Amino acid sequence: MATRHVSIASSVGLHARPASLFVQAATATGLPVTIAKEGGNPVDARSILMVMALGAKHGETVTLVADGEGADAALDSLVELLSRDLDAE
Amino acid sequence: MAADAGQHSTFHGIGVSAGIAVGPLVVVTPAPTAPADEAPTTDAAAASALVHGVLDDVAKGLEARAAVAGDHAKPILEAGAMMARDPGLAMGIDNHLQAGKGATNAVTAAVEEICTMFESLGGYMAERVTDLRDVRDRAVARLLGQPEPGVPTLTAPSILAAQDLAPAETATLTTDTCLGIITAAGGPTSHTAILASQLGIPAVVQATGILGVAAGTTVAIDGGVGEITVNPTADEVTMLEERKKRRAAALAGGTGKGATKDGYPVALLANIGTADDAQKAAKQAVEGVGLFRTEFLFLDRDTMPTVAEQTATYTAVFEAFGDRRIVVRTLDAGADKPLKFADLGPEENPALGRRGIRLGMIRTEVMDAQLEALAAAYKATGADVRVMAPMIATQAEAMWFAAKVRALGLPKVGIMIEVPAAAIRSKGILYHVDFASLGTNDLQQYTMAADRMQGELAELLNPWEPALLDVIALACEGGAAMGKPVGVCGEAGGDPALALVLTGLGVSSLSMAPGKVPAVRTSLGLHTLERCQQMAAAARAATNAAEAKAAVLSIADPVLSDLL
Repeated sequence: MATRHVSIASSVGLHARPASLFVQAATATGLPVTIAKEGGNPVDARSILMVMALGAKHGETVTLVADGEGADAALDSLVELLSRDLDAE
Repeated sequence: MAADAGQHSTFHGIGVSAGIAVGPLVVVTPAPTAPADEAPTTDAAAASALVHGVLDDVAKGLEARAAVAGDHAKPILEAGAMMARDPGLAMGIDNHLQAGKGATNAVTAAVEEICTMFESLGGYMAERVTDLRDVRDRAVARLLGQPEPGVPTLTAPSILAAQDLAPAETATLTTDTCLGIITAAGGPTSHTAILASQLGIPAVVQATGILGVAAGTTVAIDGGVGEITVNPTADEVTMLEERKKRRAAALAGGTGKGATKDGYPVALLANIGTADDAQKAAKQAVEGVGLFRTEFLFLDRDTMPTVAEQTATYTAVFEAFGDRRIVVRTLDAGADKPLKFADLGPEENPALGRRGIRLGMIRTEVMDAQLEALAAAYKATGADVRVMAPMIATQAEAMWFAAKVRALGLPKVGIMIEVPAAAIRSKGILYHVDFASLGTNDLQQYTMAADRMQGELAELLNPWEPALLDVIALACEGGAAMGKPVGVCGEAGGDPALALVLTGLGVSSLSMAPGKVPAVRTSLGLHTLERCQQMAAAARAATNAAEAKAAVLSIADPVLSDLL
């Protein structure tokens, strides 16, 4: 079980385009990845609806969890993605 | 008229987009709801497979439509497909199936749970619930063995009939297959009406009889007078076709500046809402922009657009029009169109609340940034820029705004007259600014105390209402006394007959959807200023809207009836 903590860099938070890019990347890992806000329940990171409903704002820390082969590398790539201002790109 | 036993009939609604069309009726089916007496799920695995298959079909259908849709509709449809395939939604549905809910009720409950989360987030997210419920409606219809609700794919040129149309439903309409639109609800300023007139599709709203007409029936629609003929006779079709030809011939008359028959100038301008609109409108024979709505830059945003971003957009719009005038309205937001970054909280009566200039005077940083960007774009282009503020009610507000605009070196400052107080006391208000523009839609809503979004009040919102004409006359008197121009940028300005009345009342420019300009130009060219003034007097002397219109048409050039 791999776990990562990362602060949302996108200035608009994790919704709209940044959320869509994140969900696509999470789906592409082929692993069941979850995302949770501090103290919140983990939700399926491959679900655009759940990720948007999470309402993670700019600067908030989220926890990513994945299990399976290549989970560490997969989470590292997702952490890298969330550390960029996706909305500005 | 040869009546076609029992089947032939004629009825009226409110014509909101002129033009004539004849074609088969396509009826937009209403969305079904999950039946309360649905059998509970006993085999959750089988039910889950069934629902997932249906959601996949819904997604495929939306993707197929997205593939052939225009730039505007494509992302809406693609987002819908993505929602239908969403694993989070599927899991929510499975939970309800395992708890024993029937398939359609499980879909409905799972969707509502997500909608509740979205609505609690507000703003952009809250608006997504419409898309999500659309997916629900499609899935529920399929599970019930019914066709998907909403606008079907039009394969042949048809006339569309519906209770009302949502923005997402009209997004995919094109003029080659949608010949006309008829709705049972809606009003003259409804979304359907505005979209239809932008696309130049004949449309009639408030035609309650239309839902009783079977799909496939041939229907003729006259969007000018609001008449609908079911199963028209060959003679009637010929008559309408001839009218259509006469209309086309009348509209072919020139692309010059707007003027009455005796040469009194009335500037014909375009209403635009985006930089895209500006590019399109600039290519048409208009004398400039009479209303540039700037809201599109601000709504659906979490943070205020930067001065640099605003400057770039305004510069692009100004450049498109060269030396033609551009009247810019500063941000018109408020409790019904809340700004995420400058929200003042919910209000009991948004239309009477802190909107327009009232919001601008509280959130001065938003107003200041916008004016700074407008001034920079003006300096970069040297365009004929005129900046006006919405919802002015008092001299103090006008003075406050004028001082800000002038301090930045912008050449002309004006105000919108939408509040009756500003119309009644326009002389005093115009002392402080260079021009005024009448927003007739809001001015009517406030004069009649009738919500313009409520279709049932359409009768009180008829722009021929003599009380509205009286209020406009007061505004024009103030303008004349101060020697300052008063224009119109509401829907009324685009009506070829009402345009004559407004000219007669003293209005010096008319701004409208660009598609309406040719008919108004032709209409003005057929009548002298003196005749327009007679029409204005006749309309004001009438006791109601219908009488006012009839009185004007009775002294108008006969060709005018072909333009309506």
